[in-house]
Amino acid sequence: MKRRDKNTRTRHVNHLSNKRLNDWMWAYLMIFPTTAGLFVFYIYPFFQSFFYSFTDLGSFGQYAWVGLQNYVRLVGDTEVWQALLNTVIYTVLSVPVGICLSILIAALLNSKIKGLGTYRTLYFLPAVTMPVAIAMVWRWLYNMDYGLINSILERFSIEGRAWVSDPKFALYSVIIVAIWSTVGYNMVIILAGMQQCSRTYYEAAEIDGAGTITKFFKITIPLITPTLFFVTVMSLIRAFQVFDTIYLMIERNSTALERTQSLVYLYYRNAFILHEKGYASANVMVLFVIILIITYIQFKSQNKWVHYE
Amino acid sequence: MKNKSNRQKVFIHILLIGGAVLTLVPFLWMVLTSLKTMTEAVQVPPIIFPERFRWENYEKALSILPFGKFYYNTIVSTAWRTIGQILFCSMAAYAFARIEFPAKETIFLILLSVLMVPGQIFLIPQYLIISKIGLLNTVTALVLPGLFSAFGTFLLRQFFMTFPKSLEEAAILDGCNHFRIYWNVMMPLAVPGLVALAIFTILAGWNDLMWPLIVNTSMDKMTLSAGLASLQGQHLTDYPVLMAGAIAAIWPMILIFILFQRSFVEGIAITGTKG
Repeated sequence: MKRRDKNTRTRHVNHLSNKRLNDWMWAYLMIFPTTAGLFVFYIYPFFQSFFYSFTDLGSFGQYAWVGLQNYVRLVGDTEVWQALLNTVIYTVLSVPVGICLSILIAALLNSKIKGLGTYRTLYFLPAVTMPVAIAMVWRWLYNMDYGLINSILERFSIEGRAWVSDPKFALYSVIIVAIWSTVGYNMVIILAGMQQCSRTYYEAAEIDGAGTITKFFKITIPLITPTLFFVTVMSLIRAFQVFDTIYLMIERNSTALERTQSLVYLYYRNAFILHEKGYASANVMVLFVIILIITYIQFKSQNKWVHYE
Repeated sequence: MKNKSNRQKVFIHILLIGGAVLTLVPFLWMVLTSLKTMTEAVQVPPIIFPERFRWENYEKALSILPFGKFYYNTIVSTAWRTIGQILFCSMAAYAFARIEFPAKETIFLILLSVLMVPGQIFLIPQYLIISKIGLLNTVTALVLPGLFSAFGTFLLRQFFMTFPKSLEEAAILDGCNHFRIYWNVMMPLAVPGLVALAIFTILAGWNDLMWPLIVNTSMDKMTLSAGLASLQGQHLTDYPVLMAGAIAAIWPMILIFILFQRSFVEGIAITGTKG
C-alpha cells in the first residue's frame, strides 16, 4: 500500500515535470518567430544605431570610430536646433488643438443624436487616407495663384499668401493639415471611451439638477481621463516623429524648408540623401531621448489628472 | 422643455455638419479637380464643376506611372505583413498570456521596450541588413521588418489574458497540446482583437512612406505611397493629373473602410482602450 502510494507520487511528479517541459517547449516554440524577428530587426538595430552614432558610417555599413565628434557637431549645428524648435512648435500646437477638437466632436456625437454612424464615417475618412495624397491635395488647396483657400479669402478681400513657401506661414500650414488629418482618428477613440461611461453617474447628477455643460466637465471628462491619457501620449509621440506631411508639402529647395523641417526630416535627409549615416544616427538618438523624457513626464504626471476606476 | 432640447439638437447638427464639410471639402476638391482640364483647374475665380468630366486625366496618371506595379507591390506587401503579424503575434501572445515558462517576464519586457523607441532609430541598421542580404528593390524588403510587432503581441496578449482558465483545462483533459488549444480554442475567441490588429497593420502598410522610400528606389518595386511621392517630386504641376493619381492611390482603402466601417471603428477603439 505504502509502496504503491510512493509509486503514484513519483509518477505524478514525473508527469508534472513532463507537462512542464512540454509547456516550456511549446512556449519557446510559439514565441520564437516574434522574439527572433524583433531581436534581428529592432532590438539589435537599436544598439547598432547607438554604436553608429559614434562613428562615421558609410553607405555599405563600413565605419570609422570618431568618438563624440557627431555629438559635438550636433550641439553646434543651428539646423538641428531649428529643427528641434520646429518640431516643438508643431507638437505644442497640433496636439492640444487636435485633441480639444476631437473631444468636442466626440461629445456632440455622444448626445444621442441621429446620424451618428454617418458623421463618424465622414470624420474618420482622413485617417484611412494616404498621407501622400493628403499632402498633395492640401498643397493644391494652398496654392498661391490658383488655390481654393486664397480664392475664398479674396472673396472677403483678404490678400492671399504663399502658404507653403513663405517661411512665416509654412509650418502653420502644415500644422493645420496635421490637425485636419488626426481629429477623426482620436475622436473615434475618445467617443468609445465616452460610450463606456456608466449612466448612473449622469442620472444622479440630473437629480441634483446639473446642466449639460456641468455634466460634461464634472462627469464625462474625469471618467474618460484614462482614454485621454492614452490619446495624448500617442499623439505627442507621433507628432514628435512627423515626417510625411513636411516631406511632401514643402519643396526641397524652398526657403521655407529650414523653418519647417522636423527632427525626423533632418534625420532622413542626413541618412539617406546626404549619406551621413553616422551623424544621422546621432540625430535620431536625440529624438529618442526627447521622446523618453516626454513619456516619463507623462507617466509621472498621470496620477495628478488621470482617474482610474 | 421639448422645444429647448429640439433647438439644442439643431444647434448640435449645425456644428457637426460644419465640421463634416471642413473634413470633406479637400476630398471633394480632389475629385472635382481630377475631372477638369488644366485650364479649368487654374481658372480664377475657381469654377466648381468642369464643363465635361475629363476621365482622360486618370488614363494619363496611370500611364505616367506604373500603377499596376504599385498596386501589386502595395497589396502583396500589405497582405504578407498582415498575415505574418496576425500569426506570429498571436502565437507569442498566447504563450505570454497562458503558459508559465522560465524568463517569461524578462523576455516580454525586453520585447515591450521596442514600443518606447521611435521607429526611425531602427531604419539605418534595417536598411543595412536588407542591403547586405541583397534584398533592396524587392517586395520582400517591404515586408520583412513589418512581419514582427511588439505592439501586436502586446495587444493580443491583453486579449488572451481575459479568457477564463477553465477554457484550456477542458482542452488539456481532452489531450490537446498547446498549439491545438491556441488554434482551435483561443483564436476563434480572439477574433475582435485579431480584426483590430489586422486593420491597424493594413492601414500602416498601405500608407507607410519612409521605409518603401528607402529600400525600393526602382520604379517597378515602389508602393503606391512612394510612387505618388515621386510624382510630386517631378515638379509636375498638372494638378488634374496629380489629383487623379492621388485618387487612384486612396480609393481601395476608402472602399475597404466604407465596407467594413464597424470593424474599423471598433478596432481603432480597441487599440485605444486595450493598448
